[in-house]
Amino acid sequence: MHVVRPLIFVWAALMSLLALTIAASFALTGPLSLVTSMGVATVKAVLVYWFFMHLREEGGLIRLAAIAGIAWLMIFFFLALADYATRSSS
Amino acid sequence: MTSDHMVDAASHPAQPGIAETAEERVSYLRAGHTLGSWLFTSDHKRIAILYFISVTFFFFVGGAAATLMRADLLTPQADLLSDEGYNRAFTLHGVIMVWFFLIPSIPNTFGNFLVPLMIGARDLAFPRLNLLSWYIYMLGGLFTIYVLIAGGVDTGWTFYTPLSSMFANGNVVLAATAVFIVGFSSILTGLNFIVTIHKLRAPGMTWGRLPLFIWSLYATSLILVLATPILSVTLALIAAERLFGIGVFNPSLGGDPLLYQHLFWFYSHPAVYIMVLPALGVVSELVAAAARKPVFGYQFVAGSSIAIAAIGFLVWGHHMFVAGQSAYASAIFSFLSLAVAVPSGIKVYNWTATLYKGQISLDPPFLFAMSFIGLFVVGGLTGVILAMLAVDVHVHDTYFVVAHFHYIMVGGTVSAYFGALHYWWPKIIGRRYSLAWGRLSAALIFLGFNLTFFPQFLLGYLGMPRRYHVYPPEFQVLHVLSTAGASILGVAYLLPFTYLFYSMRYGKPAGANPWEATGLEWSIPSPPPKHNFAERPTVTRAPYDYTIEYEESDD
Repeated sequence: MHVVRPLIFVWAALMSLLALTIAASFALTGPLSLVTSMGVATVKAVLVYWFFMHLREEGGLIRLAAIAGIAWLMIFFFLALADYATRSSS
Repeated sequence: MTSDHMVDAASHPAQPGIAETAEERVSYLRAGHTLGSWLFTSDHKRIAILYFISVTFFFFVGGAAATLMRADLLTPQADLLSDEGYNRAFTLHGVIMVWFFLIPSIPNTFGNFLVPLMIGARDLAFPRLNLLSWYIYMLGGLFTIYVLIAGGVDTGWTFYTPLSSMFANGNVVLAATAVFIVGFSSILTGLNFIVTIHKLRAPGMTWGRLPLFIWSLYATSLILVLATPILSVTLALIAAERLFGIGVFNPSLGGDPLLYQHLFWFYSHPAVYIMVLPALGVVSELVAAAARKPVFGYQFVAGSSIAIAAIGFLVWGHHMFVAGQSAYASAIFSFLSLAVAVPSGIKVYNWTATLYKGQISLDPPFLFAMSFIGLFVVGGLTGVILAMLAVDVHVHDTYFVVAHFHYIMVGGTVSAYFGALHYWWPKIIGRRYSLAWGRLSAALIFLGFNLTFFPQFLLGYLGMPRRYHVYPPEFQVLHVLSTAGASILGVAYLLPFTYLFYSMRYGKPAGANPWEATGLEWSIPSPPPKHNFAERPTVTRAPYDYTIEYEESDD
């Protein structure tokens, strides 16, 4: 049971964060809504990585490999946005 | 011929050539003679041979497409291929050469063969995954051959949208599926190498003692694992748009055509480094063995491989300078593209410094390494020219770009591939080949290559666009020169296969270490026994610790 209990807590946390996302989509508009939903999504992703994907139990090398995946995605977003955010509309 | 030889020949009339050696009898080559023993093997050395046969086959299929194009370009008119036929020829040339030859070429043949031997392991970490990777490659290859027979595809190897998603009539989805499939083969190989290099190094084989070929394969594997999934997803998105009308790249469905180019080049520019990094590793080995000296600045040569792999991910936008990307992004990508020249420069300078006062032997592997260095420098420097925004606008999509990347990918990688073949052939097969023929083919490849591609720099600068087969008559002289060079190059690429295959039967036994090189792979018999090392080696020395055999001169 002591193995399952944290998983149930994490699941419950994910569900409440989901509820928060849905609530925010009704309550907030504009940039604030975007920031909130991205923030909540990040927290959810961290929970999944840490508990469901067992990074909590792994050593530095495996954690580094997992972080590399995210880091490379960020490289793509960051440099692609350097184009999209500054492209002229004409 | 002496009477002994005559008696010998008479008593074995069915077996001319040099008899099987004791090493060969217990080698991996003789460990099972059936087709099944090859097709279901999990021995990294046999899988390397399977890959060698398959990538060589695709090299000549891709070469045949290039031959058609060069023949068609002899005259300014379209006299051999239709417009559509020409489009299909260069697309198949690109698709086959990039994904079915260049990317798997050095890692999957020499990498597979040498990674366990160089680090003192019995096999790769996942031997069966290694075999699966070859089967996936072959499945992708079969799809490609089907596309070839079914009439081809005409989008160019880049599958740019909206051409590929909305307008092209060829077998776009099938060709993309072939590339999608072969991508998984790359990912599995990369994963296998990373785990092997981390976990299976022999005692004493520290990171600071790894051969530079292993460092470069490690960097290559990182790119394979990090970049290839992006290509898979991108091709799947094309299929989704073409088959189900989901708007990703099509503006009328709310998509953005440039998004495709961002995604594609986020994979495909690092893929250039997948093709060239293993070649850089090969050249480090060949230069050290030829100069009989430690590689100058080992840490920097090793570190520059990792730097190239990392910075190589930050430069993709230089393919999009004239595509409608924002000027701000172009400026960033231009700067980052110049930065990637730094680690490449470190390598070239360090090889040169390694050769300084070395006792150089002009054997075929070294000649290939030297032609690599020369061609890589020309390809690299023209890359720096192309990274300049203003110059790129002038020569974008011209033959200048074609010449530039062929200097890197063909002049560089293919020269290193043949250099590796000539260096490790005695280890792989256990026989010596004719050094004179080896030198001749190295020289012919270098000459044929330059005659083919140097005129293309001029053509491009004068304004000849790529992917056209009808051109103004004033370009004909340069095109004829290029086609003449391609004819020499074609023969020169076939030549090694004659004397190397001849050596399998008639070559003298190579012995364990014919080049008197350092490295664990030279410490075991040639060809290697099935299980590589009789007992696990322990490494106590730095890499490339050649003893000083000659007194230094006074100068």
